[in-house]
Amino acid sequence: MQQQTGETMRLGTLAPGQGGRIVAIEEADAPDGADNAERLRELGFAEELDATVLHQSPFGRDPIVVAVGSMTVALRRAEANLILVKTQ
Amino acid sequence: MNAPETVKTLRIALVGNPNCGKSALFNTLTGLRQKVANYPGATVERHSGRMTGAPYVELIDLPGTYSLTPKSPDEAVTCDALFGRSAFEARPDGIVCVLDATNLGQHLRFALELKATGLPMVVALNMTDLARREGIEIDVEGLSKRLGVPVIETVAVRKTGIAEIKAAIGVLGTVSEQAPTDLPPLRQLQRDARAMAREVTLAEGSGHKITRQLDALFLHPVAGPIILFSLLFVMFQAVFSWAETPMDMIDGGVASLQGWLADTLPDGWVLSLLNDGILAGVGSVVIFLPQILILFTFILALESSGYLVRAAYLMDRLMSSVGLNGRAFIPLLSSFACAIPGIMAARTIADPKDRLTTILIAPLMTCSARLPVYTLVIAAFIPNESVWGGMVGLQGLVMFGLYLSGIVFALLAAFVFKRVLSDGKRQPFLLELPKYQVPHLRYIFVGLLERAKVFLRRAGTIILTAMIILWVLGSYPLPPEGATEPDIAYSYVGIIGKGLATVFAPLGFNWEISVALVPGLAAREVAVAALGTVYALSGDEEVVADSLVGLLASGWTLPTALAFLAWYVFAPQCLSTIAVTKRETGGWKWPLVMIGYLFGLAYLAAFLTYRIALAFSA
Repeated sequence: MQQQTGETMRLGTLAPGQGGRIVAIEEADAPDGADNAERLRELGFAEELDATVLHQSPFGRDPIVVAVGSMTVALRRAEANLILVKTQ
Repeated sequence: MNAPETVKTLRIALVGNPNCGKSALFNTLTGLRQKVANYPGATVERHSGRMTGAPYVELIDLPGTYSLTPKSPDEAVTCDALFGRSAFEARPDGIVCVLDATNLGQHLRFALELKATGLPMVVALNMTDLARREGIEIDVEGLSKRLGVPVIETVAVRKTGIAEIKAAIGVLGTVSEQAPTDLPPLRQLQRDARAMAREVTLAEGSGHKITRQLDALFLHPVAGPIILFSLLFVMFQAVFSWAETPMDMIDGGVASLQGWLADTLPDGWVLSLLNDGILAGVGSVVIFLPQILILFTFILALESSGYLVRAAYLMDRLMSSVGLNGRAFIPLLSSFACAIPGIMAARTIADPKDRLTTILIAPLMTCSARLPVYTLVIAAFIPNESVWGGMVGLQGLVMFGLYLSGIVFALLAAFVFKRVLSDGKRQPFLLELPKYQVPHLRYIFVGLLERAKVFLRRAGTIILTAMIILWVLGSYPLPPEGATEPDIAYSYVGIIGKGLATVFAPLGFNWEISVALVPGLAAREVAVAALGTVYALSGDEEVVADSLVGLLASGWTLPTALAFLAWYVFAPQCLSTIAVTKRETGGWKWPLVMIGYLFGLAYLAAFLTYRIALAFSA
């Protein structure tokens, strides 16, 4: 996947090495989107933080490992897709 | 509710995000005198202990949580306790909020939530050594001023700042509780916390480089799974080979004690009770202590190093193929030690269906109580040879195979349960990967000590009682005149065993095995003790000295031995597992389902194994 600077993308679509600054965490997407968004926030995802995909599972490339702020978090791509990042 | 006390107990809860070093701080503050209220009896899993030097302070170690809106049963324990909603836990008098100094922006949000509860609070800014090494500098005084509570820098594992935090905790009793305040929305709270973190952070730091480097290796698409698999393999090999010497020593000790008793005491029922009943039975279980400790050393080390959650990430895909998520891997891995902590650890799983499935399959993970059973039979029937050019012990390989079949059937069972139970909703998998740490020796030591105590206490109580009852039933009534079989064949044990043997005959089980399965329900390793007693009673005097391994090797056929192993892969679980399942699922329905399906599988597996092995050996 080609990554362009300044483009807003879903975190769950990125490949290892790609990332950007979080601009939004969506709440309305799925039936339990709001609940999942809250979980993501509580775990440490927040606007204005940098998030970079570090690793992906060898089996089916899902889940992924993401560096966010000074934390490292493992999550599935479906959940990561609630997070919008602006690539840089 | 409060009983009159001379000095009022000050109840202080330790609270923090997972991975903030909370438990290490708790252990340091309470010394080794902590009371771990584990299973059955205690209604919530809680660790509590008196603070060293200030015994009127009772510290309560609550499960780590990310917020005060709980997402899983274990987080609910913490929230209920803090809001005084728990039926089992009075509201604490104060809070020690443990913050990870290397991740202040995130952890401060939780500190703000805690402060809003109005409880007197002191902040332990933990892991400051790690923060300093990363180049992070924090204005502690400024933080204290902004939060409006004392902030103490601590390094729990190195006991830095402990005296200071103890003093601050002691003062909490004099601080009066405030009215709870309302919190802004989560997003605003995050912003506030980060702003505050920015204000008090003097230097940003460079991040934990070693963690990134190790992750590049351990989470590598090729190397990662290979390392995980190798680690598990080494673990099971070690359980076998490292334990050999201490086990021989215990065996020798018990045998010489039996010999000394036989020389000292007159022949009679007292000698028989001591030698055949107690020493043969209890001794054959105590011998497995070294193996259990080795297994626990591995699990505790993997847990405290931060590797275990990486393993959960690596396993997520496999787990999701049967409908579970990677988080279930942790309770399942601790079930290798014992299903009871495993079943309780399932509380970290948010979804009730996932949690129930995990509970139901946890007994299929080979718990350490099954080690004695496996080891005994393997030692008797599998030659102690090396295969693959002397690299791998055959006995260890068979052991690995038994563990593996437990796992495979657990996954199959999970698949079926999820199909039956699920509402088709995919559950999120979200897991913080903490920084790698050198395993705390102290933490491992405390864990091992606890485990050894539980094991030996069981050997001294349940198993001892079971063995005395078994000895009585196995010795009386006395055989008739001119009896041809060993005395025990005419006893109650013989009668019961022969009755049961009709049920178990299709599996190739003789009456001795059948009778051993009954006390084996109390705890699986008791089956080994029971075999020890039954065979000790049926042997003539020269054979008694022979070890149980030798007796089995000459007394059982290979198909019988294999069927016995197959039975114990599924082994209808012990009574404590059933009790904890009833407690965790809140009724008899699921424990009964569990008993039913495991009994069925055990019978079927043993039957098939016996028939197939018989066909091959014919």
